[in-house]
Amino acid sequence: MSNRLITLALLAALPTVQAGKLYVSSEKDHLVTVFDSTSLKVLSKIKTGDKPRELVFSPDSKKLYVACGEGSRIDIIDTATDKVVGKLNVGEDPERFVFSPDGKTVWATLEEDGLVSATDVASGKRLAEVPVGEEPEGILMTPDGKTVYATSEVANTVHVIDVASKTIKANIPVGNRPRRFALTADGAQLWVSNELSGTLSIIDTRTNAVIGEIKFEPKGFRAEDITPVGILMTKDGSTAYVTMGSANHIAKVDVKARSVAGYLLTGGRPWGIALSKDEKTLYVTNGQSDDMAVIDTSSFKVTRAVPAGRVPYTVGVLE
Amino acid sequence: MSRVMLRRLAVSALALLATLPLARAADTPFKIGYLEWSDDPRYRTERTKAQFPLQPWGRPLAGAEQAIKETSFAGAQLKLKFELDKREGADSAALAEAVKAMVAAGTHYVIVDADGPVLADLAKRSASLAVTLLNISAQDDVLRGASCSSKLLHVIPNQAMLTDALAQYLVLRRWANVLVLKGPNPADDAFAAAWTRSAKRFGLKIVDTRPFRIGLDPRERELNNLQLLTGSKDYDAVFIADADGEFARNVPYQTAKPRVVVGASGLVADAWHWSWERDGARQLNNRLIKTAGRQVTSYDWAAWMAVKSVVEAVVRAGTPDYTKSYAYLRGPDIVLDGFKGFRMGYRPWDGQLRQPMLLNTGNWAIAIAPIEGFLDPVNNLDTLGFDARETACPKAQAFGANK
Repeated sequence: MSNRLITLALLAALPTVQAGKLYVSSEKDHLVTVFDSTSLKVLSKIKTGDKPRELVFSPDSKKLYVACGEGSRIDIIDTATDKVVGKLNVGEDPERFVFSPDGKTVWATLEEDGLVSATDVASGKRLAEVPVGEEPEGILMTPDGKTVYATSEVANTVHVIDVASKTIKANIPVGNRPRRFALTADGAQLWVSNELSGTLSIIDTRTNAVIGEIKFEPKGFRAEDITPVGILMTKDGSTAYVTMGSANHIAKVDVKARSVAGYLLTGGRPWGIALSKDEKTLYVTNGQSDDMAVIDTSSFKVTRAVPAGRVPYTVGVLE
Repeated sequence: MSRVMLRRLAVSALALLATLPLARAADTPFKIGYLEWSDDPRYRTERTKAQFPLQPWGRPLAGAEQAIKETSFAGAQLKLKFELDKREGADSAALAEAVKAMVAAGTHYVIVDADGPVLADLAKRSASLAVTLLNISAQDDVLRGASCSSKLLHVIPNQAMLTDALAQYLVLRRWANVLVLKGPNPADDAFAAAWTRSAKRFGLKIVDTRPFRIGLDPRERELNNLQLLTGSKDYDAVFIADADGEFARNVPYQTAKPRVVVGASGLVADAWHWSWERDGARQLNNRLIKTAGRQVTSYDWAAWMAVKSVVEAVVRAGTPDYTKSYAYLRGPDIVLDGFKGFRMGYRPWDGQLRQPMLLNTGNWAIAIAPIEGFLDPVNNLDTLGFDARETACPKAQAFGANK
């Protein structure tokens, strides 16, 4: 009885938390699972096209766009009803994609054709196709909407695309099998994860030159098992979190010092990573243990892990 | 023509146009030699058409051409334009002349498509030249052992790597007792010897080794009748040591006992397979198949990988200088992406590309070796083939001193 009272008292003392939802795509059962972000209870399971992977919210958060690996489908989910309400065609085999800041255009990497495409969301009209190195993967648009960055996993290159002219204005050689991006808060540095090199390349966005590298060496793992993929940065630009793939850990990186502040075991092959709005909670999808780890960022500890479909890929947070 | 094809054509045309400004006229050509032994019997049409496992299904040149296509962005930074200089020769003397001419013209990396004996002789004849020959089609163990050469880098795996991968898989399945059928040619002896070494290394038991001979002569039925060849003793698996492939294709489903067949047919270990989908392999296969105009094999993959190796070394060394790129190519820092998940590089002791093996059943790669649980103190890829302790390459210590 007294225990319960204490719990109640504690709960009352906590600031009211805005109820949010987590969306997790899982490749092998073709689902997007919706969780309550507080209780981690499954709210619904949304059937999508085959092999759903990348998830991106529209800038107004009313829609969730899901790239499905088989075919050229991006399914559109209404985040109020959690139902698939439409489809968008951005080209064959869309790998990853981003919205322009006004939400009108989708820029996508098309793995099979070695292209970056721009598509008008309303009409579905193709606005541009920019040929890049083979197997383009990561894509990022600057907040001013003027520049798109894309990685080529085969050419080991970051392509800098000028949005206005829809042409490549620079090619930056980085590490091996570059995958994903994060931009520092001031926009001065672009960080790229190199899956096969086990490193991050740091690019100066003014000069388009690589100005630094961070090597990951979690204890007890061999170089070949350290395969960084997912990366994000906190809003203040002080901390980056990177998923280590086969090393089953995530890394916390001090952005200013460019050094690893710690490693945390999260599960089998973590790739997907997302932060809650208040940045107190980190969500990581583990593709080879079919679960999602929930991490308290202040203590840098896993607080919970919940099943998240077969081969969970991306997690998206809606608050 | 389908709409998709039309669209693809339109896209390729677009791609071509857009890459034109990148291939600036000012870019210096960087030539990679590509040498074919024109009389190579492995490429006779009746053999390539048969599509034997472990054998080439056509000349692997398209693999190298595909890799060249993929270098436009990598080369742009150094203002280099990677190109192939393709030549051929009817014997090792003619091939050696071609190598000499290429080196004189400033080419120091030459991809060679020739069998073991021809390649060994070519390496000997090129001993005084500043050249690295990249072997894409000779799997002979001896080229990594007693006949090793500091002139050679082996992109294609050797037989011991293939048989080690198979042995690991049989250990995993607990199919420990193996009957060996061995062909009459020296190459078959070498294949059987590789298997014997692997069986010993991984604790498998060879219950018997029986010679086979292809034919229908009733007087040789002990040698050519599968019922007799696979009868009497019991075993878990049959290993076919057939470097040619024609006999091997008859063995699955015709053994006296209902047992698995491995080696040159049945379950086959190989460097590459067209059905491999993981690690980005599906996209690579699509590109290779498009360029080659047929299904691809390890040989096509090796030609692709050979170009990739050279380009990676040149780009990372940041210079077309041969000494510097060669040091990087042979050094410990190189990370080669073979689309098999592991980071790869060349073994310092014998110049062999360390790489995983794919175990395929003809139309599907069912497993990748090293099989989980097989560990090496330094690099698990060294559980396949000759590791540093086992190498029989007398030049092992001197490697890296090549110029």
